Amino acid sequence: MSLLALDQLTVTRGQCPVVDSVSLTVDPGECVGLIGPNGAGKTTLLRAALGLLPHRGRSSLATLSARDRARAAAWLPQSREIAWPVTVETLVALGRLPHDSRAGRVQARAVETALDRMELAAFRHRKATELSGGEQARVLIARALAQDAPLLLADEPVAGLDPASQIFTLQVFEALASEGHAVLVSLHDLTLAARHCTRLVLLDRGRVAADGPPLEVLTEAHLAEVFHLRGHMLETPHGPLLQPLDVLR
Amino acid sequence: MKLALSLTLLTALLALASLMLGYAPLPPKAVLGGLVGAGDPLHVMVMQEIRLPRTALAVLVGAALGLSGAAMQGYLRNPLAEPGLIGVSGSAALGAVIALQTGLAAAFALALPLTALLFALGAVGLILLLAGPRGGSLTLILAGIAVSALAGALTSLALNLSSNPYATFEIVFWMMGSLADRSLSHLALAAPLIALGGAALLTLGRGLDALTLGEDGAQALGISMTSLRLRLLFGTAAAVGAATAVSGAVGFVGLVVPHLLRPLCGARPSRLLWASALGGAAMLLTADIAVRLVLPERDLKLGVVMALIGAPLFLHLIYKTRRAG
Repeated sequence: MSLLALDQLTVTRGQCPVVDSVSLTVDPGECVGLIGPNGAGKTTLLRAALGLLPHRGRSSLATLSARDRARAAAWLPQSREIAWPVTVETLVALGRLPHDSRAGRVQARAVETALDRMELAAFRHRKATELSGGEQARVLIARALAQDAPLLLADEPVAGLDPASQIFTLQVFEALASEGHAVLVSLHDLTLAARHCTRLVLLDRGRVAADGPPLEVLTEAHLAEVFHLRGHMLETPHGPLLQPLDVLR
Repeated sequence: MKLALSLTLLTALLALASLMLGYAPLPPKAVLGGLVGAGDPLHVMVMQEIRLPRTALAVLVGAALGLSGAAMQGYLRNPLAEPGLIGVSGSAALGAVIALQTGLAAAFALALPLTALLFALGAVGLILLLAGPRGGSLTLILAGIAVSALAGALTSLALNLSSNPYATFEIVFWMMGSLADRSLSHLALAAPLIALGGAALLTLGRGLDALTLGEDGAQALGISMTSLRLRLLFGTAAAVGAATAVSGAVGFVGLVVPHLLRPLCGARPSRLLWASALGGAAMLLTADIAVRLVLPERDLKLGVVMALIGAPLFLHLIYKTRRAG
């Protein structure tokens, strides 16, 4: 059974469709990368899929009640907001809000697992607002992991992170997928997308331009047409490497 | 747990001190006897009809202001927010001024607080109309500022056009806020509304905790923003509207108390809610005791003393934050 099913999902801003008749499904075990240039509608698509935006068409998540949806999908917004100087542990435990608060031991274990997974155990009593930007990003990812939902939607989770943290984050997502969860993650780094995602969805002005295995989506034709890039995909012993070369005008 | 216990103890001690204190000095035995209706009938009268309403109102008004301040700061994710921001207290003051100006206040005992309350609820209706039930926090603040400004302007207009200097005098003093000479009927009017509003505000804990992650994050955790906003508005209107209606405008409690207690609550908005209710009660009791101790014969106003205590405290907090930052 798929964890997310979008059918003809459309979001308009005024007259202009920002997301235009998008249909796709995400199944357990998949780590799906959502790629596309700025303004292609990646964030809007993710938010509409969660039912946070008025939309036409159908999203399987948006039809659920708020509580059920929070148990079905975790959401990692692009803006890394931490409003109050709470401890890392308290912040991560917010992910347990949609679950039954009486199951204390299960709650504590989920928080523990999330902290370990993001290598944050040493930070647990620190104030989240006093950490560096990259550490805060990791805390917020741990918060989403603690929610323990089958599906994780993440909006540019690696933006602004150092290279090691970027790879580390995507490896966590890969591990989640291999455990039977699913991840839908929007990314700008095409090499990271090619190397760590099981499937890529390419958005172009609100429409799905391509949907399939990374190497079939990241073709030179698609790069030119959608990203206005001349790029070269290298097949190496270390896996695929995509090198953007020039801007096409 | 320790915080809850010490705040409760502090509030209880201050309430006891407030009961001991009054125009006519009474021995502790007469105070306790009078409270339960035993002993000299005069003592019973003084205790049950003068001191008890005053002390109980100080607790309730303080709790209402502290609690709604914590809720408002949690919702707006801004430590500078206070309940007055959405125009409830300004509108309640306008209602009171109109009641005093038109002579309605003299018509029957509760005319003034009832008019004030009506205006507070009207203000929330107006804000909902302006911001819409789905509006974000920014539209809510802007609508609140607009309503506050309008209420302030109309209050000034009433003072400006007042032909009766006594009414003007009365209005100015009322606006300074006081708990002197309040009766059991004031308590009976305010208590149920403050309890109702307080109960609505205390349900916000989960939602406010989730809002630490921003509106999108909270919604994705299963929190309905529409319901949260409605409960916040009606809770604040009932609690602060009723508080302002019986005590006049008392500032700073809703701003300073959550600020003071936040570090002790680990900055968690849900814990800050009840802590600020207790802390608000303690702070208002302190101010009301100060009013009666410092210049008992000059009828010092509660709002004035509160601001005199609150402003330096706030300055100290700002100074501390600056050093830490």
